[in-house]
Amino acid sequence: MLDNMPTVYLTIVLAPLMGAIIAGLFGKTIGRGGAHWITILGVAIATVLSLYVFKYHVMDSHAIYNGSVYTWLVSDGIKLEVGFLVDNLTAVMLVVVSFVSLMVHVYTVGYMHDDPGYQRFFSYISLFTFSMLMLVMSNNFMQLFFGWEAVGLVSYLLIGFWFTRESAIFANLKAFLVNRVGDFGFVLGIAAVLLYFGSVDYATVFASTAKVSGQTLQIFPGHPWSVLTVICILLFIGAMGKSAQFPLHVWLPDSMEGPTPISALIHAATMVTAGIFMVARMSPLFELSETALSVVMVIGTITALFMGLLGLVQNDIKRVVAYSTLSQLGYMTVALGASAYAASIFHLMTHAFFKALLFLAAGSVIIAMHHQQDMRYMGGLRKYMKITWLTSLVGSLALIGTPFFSGFYSKDSIIEAVAHSHTPGASYAYVAVLAGVFVTALYSFRMYFLVFHGEERMDQHTREHLHESPWVVTLPLIALAIPSVIIGGFFVEPMIFGKFFGPAIFVLPAHDVLAHLHAHDWKEMALHALGTAPFLLALGGVLTAWYCYRINPKVPAWCARKLSWPYKTLLEKYWFDHLYQYVFAALGRWLGKVIWQLGDVRLIDGVIINGSANSVGRLARWARQVQSGYLYHYAFAMILGLIILLVVFVPGLSGKMLALIKIS
Amino acid sequence: MLDSHLLSLLIGLPLLGGMLVLATGGDKNAPEARVLALVCSLVVLGLSVVLYQKFALGTSKMQFVELYDWIRVGSLRANYHLGVDGISMPLIVLTSFMTLIVVIAGWEVIQYKVAQYMASFLFMQGLMNGVFAALDAALFYVFWEAMLIPMFIVIGVWGGPRRVYATIKFFLYTFFGSVFMLIALLYLAIQIGGFDILQMHSVKLSMQEQVLIFIAFLLAFAVKVPMWPVHTWLPDAHVEAPTGGSVILAAIMLKLGAYGFLRFSLPITPDASQALDGLMISLSLIAVVYIGFVALAQQDMKKLIAYSSISHMGFVTLGFFIVWSIGRSQGNYHGAVMGIEGAMVQMISHGFVSGAMFLCVGVMYDRMHSRMINDYGGVVNTMPVFAAFAVLFAMANAGLPGTSGFVGEFMVILSSFKANFWYAFAAASTLVLGAAYTLWMVKRVIFGAVANDRVAKLSDINSREFFFLGLLSLMVFVFGLYPAPLLDAMDATVTDLVRHITQSKLLPGG
Repeated sequence: MLDNMPTVYLTIVLAPLMGAIIAGLFGKTIGRGGAHWITILGVAIATVLSLYVFKYHVMDSHAIYNGSVYTWLVSDGIKLEVGFLVDNLTAVMLVVVSFVSLMVHVYTVGYMHDDPGYQRFFSYISLFTFSMLMLVMSNNFMQLFFGWEAVGLVSYLLIGFWFTRESAIFANLKAFLVNRVGDFGFVLGIAAVLLYFGSVDYATVFASTAKVSGQTLQIFPGHPWSVLTVICILLFIGAMGKSAQFPLHVWLPDSMEGPTPISALIHAATMVTAGIFMVARMSPLFELSETALSVVMVIGTITALFMGLLGLVQNDIKRVVAYSTLSQLGYMTVALGASAYAASIFHLMTHAFFKALLFLAAGSVIIAMHHQQDMRYMGGLRKYMKITWLTSLVGSLALIGTPFFSGFYSKDSIIEAVAHSHTPGASYAYVAVLAGVFVTALYSFRMYFLVFHGEERMDQHTREHLHESPWVVTLPLIALAIPSVIIGGFFVEPMIFGKFFGPAIFVLPAHDVLAHLHAHDWKEMALHALGTAPFLLALGGVLTAWYCYRINPKVPAWCARKLSWPYKTLLEKYWFDHLYQYVFAALGRWLGKVIWQLGDVRLIDGVIINGSANSVGRLARWARQVQSGYLYHYAFAMILGLIILLVVFVPGLSGKMLALIKIS
Repeated sequence: MLDSHLLSLLIGLPLLGGMLVLATGGDKNAPEARVLALVCSLVVLGLSVVLYQKFALGTSKMQFVELYDWIRVGSLRANYHLGVDGISMPLIVLTSFMTLIVVIAGWEVIQYKVAQYMASFLFMQGLMNGVFAALDAALFYVFWEAMLIPMFIVIGVWGGPRRVYATIKFFLYTFFGSVFMLIALLYLAIQIGGFDILQMHSVKLSMQEQVLIFIAFLLAFAVKVPMWPVHTWLPDAHVEAPTGGSVILAAIMLKLGAYGFLRFSLPITPDASQALDGLMISLSLIAVVYIGFVALAQQDMKKLIAYSSISHMGFVTLGFFIVWSIGRSQGNYHGAVMGIEGAMVQMISHGFVSGAMFLCVGVMYDRMHSRMINDYGGVVNTMPVFAAFAVLFAMANAGLPGTSGFVGEFMVILSSFKANFWYAFAAASTLVLGAAYTLWMVKRVIFGAVANDRVAKLSDINSREFFFLGLLSLMVFVFGLYPAPLLDAMDATVTDLVRHITQSKLLPGG
């Protein structure tokens, strides 16, 4: 089987799907154990085969695979197919997705242990794995959109997993609708691709960019815009939804209403990176539009800095990690804007490991705290849960970009790339990503100190029951901690300095910022970083957190008092939720009610339909009165009628009658 | 033998079956009536599967043609002329499938005048198949009008409290439209000396004639689809109709109007269609956007789904009428076929999805006797299996890829982008609006904590309900994951149709 690659690819997606279907439809029959074994088996198969594919394509340098599985439909001579494109970019994504998914499956056995929806949960996360794998393996836009929306569906189902909670079902509706706003743009982007390229197949589209690059279209008459710019921006609107970029970021923090394993898998490691992956995949298009790259960079910059700031004021442990995710997605987006696609995917990969780790560690803390998520009631947990503590520390160090940790290599590459970028907006982006380093370190270690150090602020009952989580929880933590440390150093040379992605990513020579990076191996890069601005800023962030939350805990409250206005702005998340909920959503509902009442009920039904029916009724009532039953009324009517008919039909009679009237 | 009379069987068998069902008499023989109706609808479904299998792909010619003399008045001849092409064949199969579903769905629910109920749907099935198969305009008109009678009866006898208002409104609306269609058909018949629809397709007509005929057809078909602003009968009819009535109304009857556009308006009056396409596109987009907002405001689940139907049918008419607009903006008609095919797919898919949505409301109504969203909440807690179906159909209604609801919308959006960016923009707004009104309803009805004692006492669906919802969800997936066979069946016909309607029918110099 292993020498038949199409079968391998197909098995990678179908194994999790089978698990999902069996656990979903026959969950009752196979029981809880059956559900987790069958789904873990499915995802384990996918993981092993993904590693094999990675070896096959990356290490053994086999040719890119591009083939179709079946024809979805043919219409108008346009063939829409389901098919796979497997190159080094796909291979990286396959490994990241399936590995993190496998870890989350194992972890879930412990985390969801007592939940009545156990089987359903496993079914969902396996279905998610299937959808995400379909997305990254797609060789065309149609299937990309299928995976894109399918992961959105599973995200919807999982955010609302605890469906009796009002907050959860509010959050999942919000997530779906905000994503749909993005998909609105995405679909139009696909339609534009089909119109100008005559195909939705990646290979065909990328091969004919030269033909399209000079073309313009006029969305507003008199304003010719570059076709590629329009396409890229429309597609990027989709990415803004899925990857939670400003201003479509509002759903991600609320998605924390879902169970924690989901936050790790979907809302940190994989699904939210779909937008990043998509833009990297579309590099042959984005490269040809400076405007689109600039938009990408500006949006990413805003997200990277301003969402990170929100992490500073959160008290819910998961929300801190969620805002951190938003901010890191911003970094990836900035890198895309700087044409440093490889750095972006590199950061996507390292982030997947350390952010999944941080979320799962947070989940471990939450289990120990009996589902208390407020950090103000934690503290000193390092004594009780050693593995969770150490792995969290590893995750935090990786997140803030400590040299030699994985996050350092990817984040520093991004910062360096932005420094060399000439994309319009790059100079602002550089300042923002540097400031972001300080902010990241500050909120990360604020969380770390609040949770694991300091006085134990939980109640007596909770403290007595504090203990480390079971092995199904800690094993994934350890398994994720290892790549969080080493994977950066391991891959920085091929991915950043080398030509790892080969033809999968296209960069114009003039945009090749990664070629300007100084270092050439992992040791040199890390040692060189000591003493540079990012390192000092990160160090500053950690020290500030240490001072504010360990030495002098009065400082944060004092800051909040002194800077009450900015503090409130952060607490209210820049009022975006209010804007969307009380302006857009309310306006939509109001508009619906008004046009329904005015248009349908009053005007169409009231005036036209019932009005004309009433007029007919009135006419009938009047006509009824004519039929009085008196013979002389009828005789009069007959004579009158006869005269009129005579006048009309007898030629000349009307003239004579008129003459007669004149004479008399 | 079977082949040469297959269409007659598809029309005649349900009519005959309906009479047999009626002959079982009163409600004491209800079990016999049910079984007879089930057998009849199964046989008809089997025949329509035969129709599908024997249907030749790759040709736009009429197939399974039957032609006999019927009426001759002076020089005017009306024939018993049947035949199907890639446009009508899928609709006949859909009709047979949905009738079976309705028979099963009414099994235990209907206890009053069972035989009459079942017979009405069998009659409707035969007559609707007649509409789709008729190639003679007089025959078409007979089926078209006759079909309304069983529907009036269904709403009028088994309907809700305001059923009389609803049926009269339904009747006035549709009858108003049909009269003008009759006049147009008579005019055309006089021109060609008969009622042969295919001859009508090729007759040359001046622009003035075409415009008048187009408007006459429009009045009939727009009411049926229904298009904005002649849509207000639909929510009332749906609200008052029993579940089965709503299912057939949404799944099939609305398609008759759309079918009329394809069979009459476009091919008979292509120049007028082209001249008035701006109007038609505007009405379609208003349906998508305006009705999308109106659906958001509904408190009654059936009304909400009814408005959602109108909005979805907007895609159908949009797909039909962007043909010339594509020609104008691209200089060729690439993409026009995709628009019409997408509209056709949308028709078939909407048949399954809206039918399923109405059945879901029916399942809840049978238990709670309420259609109001506010009376529900947290149904998933007591009816988990039902909730899974409801969410699935809601997602299909919101056009999720992988379900049939996606295919048609996607194709029409792709196609309308070729015509004009803003058409596609307005059409794509359904991604947000459709999801908003559908999933907001799901949130309020299905999810949440148990809202009240009545919800707490709900029992999950039984095996009969599981069966028909399961069957429908299978269809939703089959057409969502593999729509190719459906497209293959219609491709030759639609391609030929586009070729036909993009050529002027005006007399030289006329």
